[in-house]
Amino acid sequence: MTVESTAARKPRSNSSGASTKRATAKKAPAKPAKKAAAKSAAREAAPHDAPPHDPELVQLLTPEGKRVEHPEFSIDLGPEELRGLYRDMVMARRFDAEAVTLQRQGELGLWPSLLGQEAAQIGSARALRDDDYIFPTYREHGVAWCRGVPPENLLGMFRGVNNGGWDPNSNNFQLYTIVIGSQALHATGYAMGVAKDGADSAVIAYFGDGASSQGDVAESFTFSAVYNAPVVFFCQNNQWAISEPTEKQTRVPLYQRARGYGFPGIRVDGNDVLACLAVTRSALERARRGEGPTLVEAFTYRMGAHTTSDDPTKYRQDEERVAWEAKDPIQRLRTYLETEKIADADWFASLEEEEAALGRRVREAVRAMTDPDPMSIFENVYADGSSLVDEERAQFAAYQASFADSAVPVGEGK
Amino acid sequence: MAVQKLPIAKAINESLRKALETDPKVLIMGEDVGKLGGVFRVTDGLQKDFGEDRVIDTPLAESGIVGTAIGLALRGYRPVVEIQFDGFVFPAYDQIVTQLAKMHARALGKIKLPVVIRIPYGGGIGAVEHHSESPEALFAHVAGLKVISPSTSSDAYWMMQQAIQSDDPVIFFEPKRRYWDKGEVDTESIPGPLHAARTVREGSDLTLVAYGPMVKVCLEAAAAAQEEGNSLEVIDLRSMSPIDFDTVQASVERTGRLVVVHEAPVFYGSGAEIAARITERCFYHLEAPVLRVGGYHSPYPPARVEEEYLPGLDRVLDAVDRSLAY
Repeated sequence: MTVESTAARKPRSNSSGASTKRATAKKAPAKPAKKAAAKSAAREAAPHDAPPHDPELVQLLTPEGKRVEHPEFSIDLGPEELRGLYRDMVMARRFDAEAVTLQRQGELGLWPSLLGQEAAQIGSARALRDDDYIFPTYREHGVAWCRGVPPENLLGMFRGVNNGGWDPNSNNFQLYTIVIGSQALHATGYAMGVAKDGADSAVIAYFGDGASSQGDVAESFTFSAVYNAPVVFFCQNNQWAISEPTEKQTRVPLYQRARGYGFPGIRVDGNDVLACLAVTRSALERARRGEGPTLVEAFTYRMGAHTTSDDPTKYRQDEERVAWEAKDPIQRLRTYLETEKIADADWFASLEEEEAALGRRVREAVRAMTDPDPMSIFENVYADGSSLVDEERAQFAAYQASFADSAVPVGEGK
Repeated sequence: MAVQKLPIAKAINESLRKALETDPKVLIMGEDVGKLGGVFRVTDGLQKDFGEDRVIDTPLAESGIVGTAIGLALRGYRPVVEIQFDGFVFPAYDQIVTQLAKMHARALGKIKLPVVIRIPYGGGIGAVEHHSESPEALFAHVAGLKVISPSTSSDAYWMMQQAIQSDDPVIFFEPKRRYWDKGEVDTESIPGPLHAARTVREGSDLTLVAYGPMVKVCLEAAAAAQEEGNSLEVIDLRSMSPIDFDTVQASVERTGRLVVVHEAPVFYGSGAEIAARITERCFYHLEAPVLRVGGYHSPYPPARVEEEYLPGLDRVLDAVDRSLAY
């Protein structure tokens, strides 16, 4: 459902900026004292209580695991593809859980969990072709999995052995980007280059609801629209930017922002892997046809903390998480696979073994990572070298060499 | 004809033209760079000859210009972007510092970011605020960036060629008040390495170091000092990152005195770095502390008093006198 088709139908409420939903909620209580409380409660809840059958939301698989049709977006996958999507989500979740554990054990300094966002990531990533290019945030572990990026590549920066460390062109998967929203412009520029080359590849930029407030994201919308760049903006609205709910970022549903820039915006059930796949595929095809950018808002939920350093109990309620658990992306596909007899108990059992093997591989890979040579500080600062770096490298090497005779530096280890 | 007499603005224009002709991956991007040819006409005629696909009028959004240039560079292009005025670069500062400067290192050298950012800089043109600043130290402080500024037409032409050929991001500061100063350009003979300083006047009593618009002021100061019997050496630094300290050191070891001149505020300016490093390298050769002449720790002043803020002939000579008096 594109913004063109919905925005015209939706009446704009008065200048107070209150949504229709909120206005309705405000009317309910009779007593003035409770009115204020209810108003406050409604404001808190508003962004998170998307109705299960929100007409704005593209959905092809309900939280109960029931296939439904959508007038604009359809998908027809064979058993193998369906099992593949399930496997991808399970493996991504396992990889993520392993990384969280490794952080708790002190093997990683930090980890941003993707828990709950598996469908958004796997669905969108499986819509991509090999020649398409991906610009991720720092949470796109599921996308990386689909691209064949070795999982251990992603762990280096969180262990502190590098600041990225892989060749983006190996898998057309750019380095993780930590400064929020910066990569949306890189994706747009890359897409402008694709168009100049006359290629029919597409580019996808991942970002979140928090990033939607960044100027760089706004500028990327402007540039991509003006130059008709073949880029898909895939916004995972996981409802929380660390501690700030989406309503601290926007007064309109995020997908509607696209309208102001002159391209379509679509809200998809971000916990529905089939819908994410169908919608992203459609947006990518549109880009390939030279029709320009699309904004996809995958409506999902960050089940875990922002990162392992975060404490969500300070700012959100367990009930909210429980409500979203009922919409779990993996469980709903499992229900469907079982009901339709697409996968049997043996298949699920073998997947569990595969999961365990991935966990072992990740643990071993992380523990085998060695600390970088201190001299590597001076490597790759410049492609063409720099006399300043050369000078400081030599000074540092001389300083290091001054300890050559002793096992521990002077002044330490006493 | 290989040797032509060109204003600095035209020399840059010719250099960009040459790059567009020889490398199909070179792109020009910026606000008003196309049809108008830039507010200083530096890109005049390029869009007409190379088309809107290669000489790109961008939306008015500096972060967007640099951010998309990064994406284009990742795709294999070599964007040369214009920031219209020095004071307008700051919306792009985040992209330049957090993304452009670091991406090569983050990928352990596996990707390159050959982006040139042209910035007309400096005062002396009677402009309104944000049009006269010298923010070079804010970029030189950032590892991963190279920061250069030509002072002559020849350097304007050749340093631009070299900047575009560099696989590193280069911040190319153009001395806007010198845009119309003419000089000879030999388009067939490279004058030397991009980051080498050049001794533009030899002398024996004191070394003046400057770059960009201040080189001319220092040459005038040296000529005036000559009449008073003082022999000043003038070094055009050309590159603020990296800095060719060897050339400065060799000069100071002979003269024993150093004055650094730039329009940018003295406090934390490039003169501070030069003073510290040269003091370290030449401690026993110095007859006087290294002195600095530059802007003050104030916002760039209104145009009617900018001549008091900018280092001019007298302020440079005043510093020379103070150094010689030690």
